[in-house]
Amino acid sequence: MPLEYLLYTGGFLFCAGLFVVVTRKNAIMVLIGIELMLNAANINLVAFSKFDPSALQGQIFAIFVITVAAAEAAIGLAIVVKVYRYFQTADLDKINKLKG
Amino acid sequence: MDLSTIICYAFGAITLLSALFIMLTRNVLYAAFALILTFIGVAGIYIFLGAEFIAVTQILVYVGGILVLLIFGIMLTNRLSGKKVVSPTYHKFTGLIAAGGLFAMLLKGIVEANFTALGWIDKSQPVTTGLKEFGFNLMTDYVLAFEIIGVLLLLALIGAVRIAANTRKEGEDAT
Repeated sequence: MPLEYLLYTGGFLFCAGLFVVVTRKNAIMVLIGIELMLNAANINLVAFSKFDPSALQGQIFAIFVITVAAAEAAIGLAIVVKVYRYFQTADLDKINKLKG
Repeated sequence: MDLSTIICYAFGAITLLSALFIMLTRNVLYAAFALILTFIGVAGIYIFLGAEFIAVTQILVYVGGILVLLIFGIMLTNRLSGKKVVSPTYHKFTGLIAAGGLFAMLLKGIVEANFTALGWIDKSQPVTTGLKEFGFNLMTDYVLAFEIIGVLLLLALIGAVRIAANTRKEGEDAT
């Protein structure tokens, strides 16, 4: 697969993630969109790493991105579950109180 | 066009189609299952790019960990009493303009950029695994960052458990 197609794939995944983040109001859907955007960044990193055979910096950075994505998903879902228990909704527009 | 090229493009098509399905579907659970397909397609692309370790890590961490967390989140934040978990799209037109505009800008940049002029890009290289070099690099040059990212993940998971845990005096004591 040539480099340009991989970059197109990454760009499309990023824009799909952006669309999901912007248009949905369910907190879980927003997290799904963020995961898509992180995957798009990873595709770009690994794609450039393929054409750089001496140093595998792109692949190593992709490992770090995956780890941070795992930490982000765990924290984000913990917060969403806690917020749902308090407000009884996961709709981001209805969560509008700072101090109940 | 040989077989491996066709399989590589097939994985790319799986990724793109399931991402499109996530954009269009209203059902949150369907979106989570389509996300599994997206991750598997991306892992297949990684294998054809000679990054086997990243591909296996992708399947282990994303499909085995993050997706399970997401589906648990969907179940815990909805009353599943027979009706579907839907999340309609709002401001579809504005979102389409934002995402489409960004995509158009990225396309223009990729088309106009001349990647072959970059010195370190060597297009004649065949796809090699590089697994051994990857391990050596990770354990010598990047070992400090590797350890720090491990500590970060541990802290984040402890924090997640602490946040989500059921505290006894939830009403009066917010901490």
